[in-house]
Amino acid sequence: MPVEDCQDAIRELYTFLDGELTEARRAAISGHLDGCHSCLEAFEFEAELRVVISHHCRETVPEALKERIAMLLAKDPATSD
Amino acid sequence: MADQATFTEQAMDLMPSLYSAALRMTRNPADAEDLVQETYLKAYRGFGSFEQGTNLKAWLYRILTNTFINRYRAAKRRPDETDLDDVEDFYLYRRLGGLEEARAGRSAEDELMDLFSEAEVKAAVDALPEQFRMAVLLADVEGFSYKEIASILEIPIGTVMSRLHRGRKNLQKALFEFATNQGLLTGDPDDPDEPDGSPQQDGRADRDDGVPQPQAGRTPPSARAGGRKKS
Repeated sequence: MPVEDCQDAIRELYTFLDGELTEARRAAISGHLDGCHSCLEAFEFEAELRVVISHHCRETVPEALKERIAMLLAKDPATSD
Repeated sequence: MADQATFTEQAMDLMPSLYSAALRMTRNPADAEDLVQETYLKAYRGFGSFEQGTNLKAWLYRILTNTFINRYRAAKRRPDETDLDDVEDFYLYRRLGGLEEARAGRSAEDELMDLFSEAEVKAAVDALPEQFRMAVLLADVEGFSYKEIASILEIPIGTVMSRLHRGRKNLQKALFEFATNQGLLTGDPDDPDEPDGSPQQDGRADRDDGVPQPQAGRTPPSARAGGRKKS
């Protein structure tokens, strides 16, 4: 099924960005984006926003937690010598 | 059988991911630490049942999620699809598209990165109802596939997609509201100054004829919206 208009592309925005479309469908959307500037901008905005959200949700593990877990695992009964 | 030394070798490096998720789930550093610790102990003891060659990260997330649900969630599983506004598509793009490329010589991504502080992004994520928050985290922060998320959360793929769709749109709205309250952005969130023919702004704008036009003009971005390849 070809991408008839922007509505078709928008409907599959998230599945496209999530990499969950079939290869044929992905190619159809890409084809539409190549020729539709307004859709391309909107898609890129969503993709960029996602990078920003992901980046800002990264945390550093407290050293004490790392050490505590390593120690707990080392002396756990499940550890064989 | 997978042995414990292998676990230590493979699983410890995944701790930053698990801790980040735990903090967004519990919204509390002390609980997040407890949750990660319990997850690692359970996983270590149960590592014999992990099938080598399958996705260790997804396996650990499943333990993390189950532990969280059983231990830290006060209420029982709530009915799905509750407590969320119906937000229009492209909520942020309608309001900010173009704005983020206002300064020359910087990428749109850098502009967006500056527009929303780390604290604002975290606050907006934390404000999502739990089932939506978890789906969005697993997909957008950790990059799990729909199938993996369905397995981790033990829900059907259709439910994953629906939670993602609604969760993401609500996250955009929350982000805009947090940023507006911080004074970084100006303007009334409910009444953007859009040109004629702009889509309706009442949160039910699912019948647009096309993509919305952002308020400010943008120069054509480099064509790199190819999406992730299906794995």
